[in-house]
Amino acid sequence: MALKPAQKALGPIRRSFAPWLDPSAVPLIRFENIVKRFGDFTAVDDVSLDIHQREFFSLLGPSGCGKTTLMRMLAGFEHPTSGRITLAGEDLAGVPPYRRPVNMMFQSYALFPHMTVEQNVAFGLKQDGLPKPEIAARVAEMLRLVKLEPFAKRKPHQLSGGQRQRVALARSIAKRPKVLLLDEPLGALDKKLREETQFELMDLQMELGLTFLIVTHDQEEAMTVSDRIGVMNHGKLVQVATPGEIYEQPNCRYVADFIGNINLIEGVVESAGGGEVRVTGEDTPGAFVCAAEAGPAPGSKVALAVRPEKMRVSLDAPPADANNVLQGEVWDLAYMGDWTVLLIKIDGSEKVLRVSRANMTRTEARPIAWDDRVHVWFAPDAAVLLTS
Amino acid sequence: MTETVASKPEGTSPWGRRLVVAVPYLWLLVLFLTPFLIVLKISFSNKVVAQPPYEPQLDLAGGWQAVKDFFAGLSLDNYYAIFEYTENIEAYFSSLKIAATATILMLLIAYPMAYAMARAPKTIRPTLVMAVILPFWTSLLIRVYAWIGILDREGLLNASLQWLGIIDEPLEILHTEIAVYIGMVYSYLPFMVLPLYASLEKLDETLLEAAADLGCPPWKSFWQVTVPLSLPGVIAGCFLVFIPAVGEFVIPELLGGSGTYMIGQALYAEFFPNLNWPGACAIAVLLLLVLVVPIAIYQNVQTKEIEGRA
Repeated sequence: MALKPAQKALGPIRRSFAPWLDPSAVPLIRFENIVKRFGDFTAVDDVSLDIHQREFFSLLGPSGCGKTTLMRMLAGFEHPTSGRITLAGEDLAGVPPYRRPVNMMFQSYALFPHMTVEQNVAFGLKQDGLPKPEIAARVAEMLRLVKLEPFAKRKPHQLSGGQRQRVALARSIAKRPKVLLLDEPLGALDKKLREETQFELMDLQMELGLTFLIVTHDQEEAMTVSDRIGVMNHGKLVQVATPGEIYEQPNCRYVADFIGNINLIEGVVESAGGGEVRVTGEDTPGAFVCAAEAGPAPGSKVALAVRPEKMRVSLDAPPADANNVLQGEVWDLAYMGDWTVLLIKIDGSEKVLRVSRANMTRTEARPIAWDDRVHVWFAPDAAVLLTS
Repeated sequence: MTETVASKPEGTSPWGRRLVVAVPYLWLLVLFLTPFLIVLKISFSNKVVAQPPYEPQLDLAGGWQAVKDFFAGLSLDNYYAIFEYTENIEAYFSSLKIAATATILMLLIAYPMAYAMARAPKTIRPTLVMAVILPFWTSLLIRVYAWIGILDREGLLNASLQWLGIIDEPLEILHTEIAVYIGMVYSYLPFMVLPLYASLEKLDETLLEAAADLGCPPWKSFWQVTVPLSLPGVIAGCFLVFIPAVGEFVIPELLGGSGTYMIGQALYAEFFPNLNWPGACAIAVLLLLVLVVPIAIYQNVQTKEIEGRA
């Protein structure tokens, strides 16, 4: 894959792009203590969030977690029950949707069925009263960007799902909005097309320098495209961090469980100090040690979260200095080519741990098989200590 | 449209299928085409004082000669006769004018009604549709008579306006063209409201959100999105009321005065007082020809609409 000009130009900038770490940076969008109630139901519960210019931000959560409501409030289709939204310093309260410098790509695409592709893309530009030649030029540019030039004269019902999605995208970026909102943009596409489009979205964002806010329930999608992810649950923003941090440093059981696969070992703190916390397992028999700066007081209930690929498994005994060693039996095994996933039932408990192994050699003298007795262990710094 | 290859399902005889298709065709043949052909034939006949009041009659017992005589007896005279009376021509034109004006009035009244119904909370929409259909539970004739009671010099309307002190003298509404319009709009309004409601109700509201999102204020998105997308309903509603309104008889007869003479009344006059069945049939056939053009347009739009959805 060759580098595109925009990638060449913006690549290095991109790598060091982290304005949220800079205390002097002024965010483009600020949600301040946003609450939204529908009758008795609290859809969004006291959410505060800053999004910076040129950021690709994802709101991730299961359906009904309030992510779409939060986005619709930014677009102006819903109004917060309390709290304040500002965009580039301007309070958006009372600004109708048609005067907000944000554009949205709808989940259903919401293309105008009585207009051609061209007219759909031109719709927003016409509202601004741009001169005709300029509109035509901009529409042509947009159609070129999404590779839909041959379909300009078609009506939406004459297009495939993927093509409609591109029309919707072209229409939403035609006005060069300050912020582009994408509501489950890739949900209706098949896997291959989705992956392609994810990369196209990222390229586009680099090329146009827009700020993207994307709503999705697909964690893979969020991980691929985002600079930062906000994980939501029951109307609350649970964690806001980069994809890497979300994966490696989840701040609670919910996030750990929602993103990827994880083993949660429930236990009680035995002692803490000296850069490590000792935990006695409750659902998994054993004494565990976890690397942590400041641990909770002894006696408090915690969970050790360990990703499957950070667990080690072997038929032979582990090295003598290994920590957190468990024994068990292989219950299930899935060979996936690059990885093999093992489900291991731990002796003396109901616990089943998920361990994945990279298949780094083509052959093995004695591969692990069903019903094998195995040793499982993980390093102290492989585990994340979760208190909530 | 994709071309569907008609594959013969196993175990179904072609006769079974033909039988299923034959039933509606038979229905149309017996109850629509046959009566029309009879009317057409009578329109080419001559008026006589007899039972039935026209000739020639086809008598197959007379053999080939009788058939030849029968066709020789037919003529276009009744059609020429229509044009000899300017009254008839004026009746055609006034029918078209009244029907067209009433259709426009109904569109103007029905659109906001249908719009409000389609935007009403989902739970009360069936009730509103019910309310629109409710008048049909009473006979049209009785409802038109009721309007006489309302519009009369001493009727409900004049009495209330005078009681309120808005007018001193009673308004002359009954037996004027205004009364005909009131009657037409009242009687046919549901046929305009329902297709409009149907097309407005299925309008996807995210389209209006999308329009707003792209910088289009609500009053503009109404014209740029709502109206174009409800056009099939507008067209269906207009033809549904225009076509029967042209041939309307009861309303102009009961509510109209000497100033309104519609083609339905001309038809009635020929049929009953004049006992001129051939003349009446010629008027009816000519009316049908006049209406074939709008009916064809309507059919065409409907077909396109169905294709567009597929």
